[in-house]
Amino acid sequence: MSFVGLSPEEERRMLDRIGVRAFEDLLESVPKSVRLARPPGVPGPLSEIELRRRFGAWAGSNDAATMPSFLGGGCYDHYIPAAVNALAGRSEFATAYTPYQPEVAQGTLTAIFEFQSMIAELTGTEVANASMYDGATATVEAALLARHQTGRARVVIAGALHPHTAAVLRTYLDGRDLTAVADRGGQCAPEDLQSVLGDDVACVIYQSPNFFGLIEGAPAIHQLAHAAGALVVAVSDPIALALLEPPGRPQGGSAGADLVVGEGQPLGNAPSFGGPALGFFACRQSLVRRMPGRLAAETVDRDGKRGFVLTLQTREQHIRREKATSNICTNQGLLALRATIYMGLLGRLGMRDVAELCVRKSHHAATLAAAIPGYRRAHDGAFFREFVLECPVEAAAVVRAGRERGLQPGVDLGLFHAEWKRWLLVAVTEQRSADEITRWAEVLKAAGGAR
Amino acid sequence: MKLERRLLIEQGGRGHRGPELPACDVPERPLAELLPGVQLRDSLALPEVSEPEVVRHFIELSALNHHIDRGFYPLGSCTMKHNPKINDEIAALPGFALAHPLAGAAASQGALRVIAELEDVLAKITGFAAVTTQPAAGAQGEMTGLLMIRAHHRARGEGERRTRVIVPDSAHGTNPASVHLLGWETVTIPSEEHATVNLEALGRALDERTAAVMLTVPNTLGLFEPRILEVTRLAHQAGAQVYLDGANLNALVGLVRPGDLGFDLMHINVHKTFSTPHGGGGPGAGPVAVAKHLEPYLPVPVVRESGGRLALEFDRRESVGRVHSFHGNFGILVRALTYILSLGPEGLARTSRTAILNANYLMRRLASSYELPHAEHCMHEFVLSGRGLRKYGVKTLDVAKRLLDFGVHAPTVYFPLIVEEALMIEPTETETLDRLDHFAGAMERIAEEAREHPERLLDAPLTTPSRRLDEGRAARELKLRWAVPAASAPAREPAAQR
Repeated sequence: MSFVGLSPEEERRMLDRIGVRAFEDLLESVPKSVRLARPPGVPGPLSEIELRRRFGAWAGSNDAATMPSFLGGGCYDHYIPAAVNALAGRSEFATAYTPYQPEVAQGTLTAIFEFQSMIAELTGTEVANASMYDGATATVEAALLARHQTGRARVVIAGALHPHTAAVLRTYLDGRDLTAVADRGGQCAPEDLQSVLGDDVACVIYQSPNFFGLIEGAPAIHQLAHAAGALVVAVSDPIALALLEPPGRPQGGSAGADLVVGEGQPLGNAPSFGGPALGFFACRQSLVRRMPGRLAAETVDRDGKRGFVLTLQTREQHIRREKATSNICTNQGLLALRATIYMGLLGRLGMRDVAELCVRKSHHAATLAAAIPGYRRAHDGAFFREFVLECPVEAAAVVRAGRERGLQPGVDLGLFHAEWKRWLLVAVTEQRSADEITRWAEVLKAAGGAR
Repeated sequence: MKLERRLLIEQGGRGHRGPELPACDVPERPLAELLPGVQLRDSLALPEVSEPEVVRHFIELSALNHHIDRGFYPLGSCTMKHNPKINDEIAALPGFALAHPLAGAAASQGALRVIAELEDVLAKITGFAAVTTQPAAGAQGEMTGLLMIRAHHRARGEGERRTRVIVPDSAHGTNPASVHLLGWETVTIPSEEHATVNLEALGRALDERTAAVMLTVPNTLGLFEPRILEVTRLAHQAGAQVYLDGANLNALVGLVRPGDLGFDLMHINVHKTFSTPHGGGGPGAGPVAVAKHLEPYLPVPVVRESGGRLALEFDRRESVGRVHSFHGNFGILVRALTYILSLGPEGLARTSRTAILNANYLMRRLASSYELPHAEHCMHEFVLSGRGLRKYGVKTLDVAKRLLDFGVHAPTVYFPLIVEEALMIEPTETETLDRLDHFAGAMERIAEEAREHPERLLDAPLTTPSRRLDEGRAARELKLRWAVPAASAPAREPAAQR
């Protein structure tokens, strides 16, 4: 297959116009010793029919092709309305580049502005950027911003932050000046946090709903962190934010989080084996000049007509180089667009419905599980969409039993820590029917009986 | 009279809604009972718009964009080539799109196979020993590469000392920004007259503090570095690692393997070279290919095969750690592999050959109407200077804006920084001769207009959905989110009343 539309005769004319006899004459600066005699032996070429056959077999071998999912842990199986795919799949959005010429990119820029507006509203903050790679790197960038803003080095993780987010933080911060305060019963205990705070702490990072699905006591964390002069970075979930008090707003007598970040995949984006994902990044207006990534702003054109442009680009690497706020030079444009369409379609009422269905269905599942001998919830706290089940057998055995019966019953937390090997992390979205939840409970029963 | 374009929040009205969700089919217990002690929000000012109006809104927005499926897009260093449609269909197969990253290896053999195959073909194409597909973008690939370089020096007891990275003045801005992210220092060296690496300057800059040399080949002027073997040899003599910024790989595929040039590692922008859609600014993916000695430092997880079964390896003592929430931008990687397999070896080589041919053809055609600072044959892109138009009161920016009126996108402008009033042009291999001729014709006419009707350029664009936008005002006022119209001021949420 080829995506080139030149005939040998056209190539000849072009070489003549250039003034060389053969194509190889154009490569005069490439040392002869490194020119390949023949191209590397990759497979192919394959026609579309052959591609479908080969990739179809690979795709079909993944459980996801057929089995309902109770998997979560940072990536969720929410329903994607048909209009999201129809609109975001359009060439006009998918095959455009970064909007460097705003006169011919108002589609992309307007959508980014709408995305920023809705993320700021959801998170209860003043301003959001055009998106980041994923939830983990958004969290890293928040920590780096906090370091610059406060001139302090230490980053504190409070409670059950997603282990992968913590791992990416360790990578970027080189493990230095990073303190993790372990959870107590699944949640952050304020007294434990208090004991590590001092005047070297740049920020306190906490996740709510946290890795175990539990809703953290935000006001106490905010108060303690702010009292120590640290910024608060709340890692949150956009579906939960349609229902829960957003961390960016003051609540319970404490100020809001200074930065709210997280994973936006649940907003109209497929799990896709975990990527591409959609980091969102929101903060107080006063931090905007330290914000990483792209920002769209409203302005007018020469005719006085409203339009949008990328702004504050002097923060960015292509202008500031080593003085840039970050090395990031993209957003996750198409995923942010999907999130924008999703939020637009579901709107104020639909977003709330999705969140409530997640609460009701996940609690229904937890109730069914608690009635099965040997199973109990590992934690007591209030949870949003997912919860940890302690199983009478290894969680891996429950996962195997699920596969045999055609469903994916949850995430085996033994993949993260050996001491969690009997913990199954179960997420129940609005997509799961009462029947599927009943079948799921039967899997638990069968697996538990195999003890 | 046309209906004025409005934002979503300015449309619809109270109670308008899109697709319905199914009724709750589990017991409906009160939220206060399910979420004891949890504060629920009392307002949520999101739009309330029906599906037909949401669809119209985004269709209307879509019509305002220039995009590669509509016309020529010669952004230098961005490789705006055709995005084959089959790639998107393959990535959307339910077994891929719905695959969950924590489902476990047994449930994900097909997804892991895609990653393993892609790593294998990328290693073959680049001539390196191993590949990680974890980084989400080129810039993250750079950072990941630098972390591996740091790990290499640390393993040799030189981690404290080697903290400088030498970068030519023609480099992409991400290079110094990535260096800074590690807390390292960038040493910028001036280019030679012909924009290639100045060996003397390089020799002077290299010392026992040098961690790495970062180069772009071909460089940002589209020129292949003729003494590249000498450059990499000098760097290695000084104990430095040599990093290739792979932004311009589209010039090399099937013709030259970077691994044979003496590089130790490189990142690959699959959204450039391997045709995955740019998506209006992402997502892309930035796999990193490394030589054997850097393999132990690859980020986790790493895909491993044994006895025909694939698994993810997390526990690697010398790894730089994790750089992504899960396994990189899998959906983009699927598209890249689809593309590579659709082309095969000869198709890949033809891609780069044609990219080079197209660029040289355009360059020679335009050399008579614009200044060509470097007259050597180029690789896949070239740089013109618009400084000759200054005497008519016209800048490169005006040329760029006027091009939009001809239905083509502007080239990259004002980069690289070492060329005044730069226009950086990369046609790619997927443009036909008549498209190249149309673009050249438009450029020639604009050069003529600059002499005879400069005001046309200063006023441009005239036919685009918006005229020139006031960027100064945007930065001063910093309106970064919409204002919620008073009519739809947030009401108390339904659940709060239950």
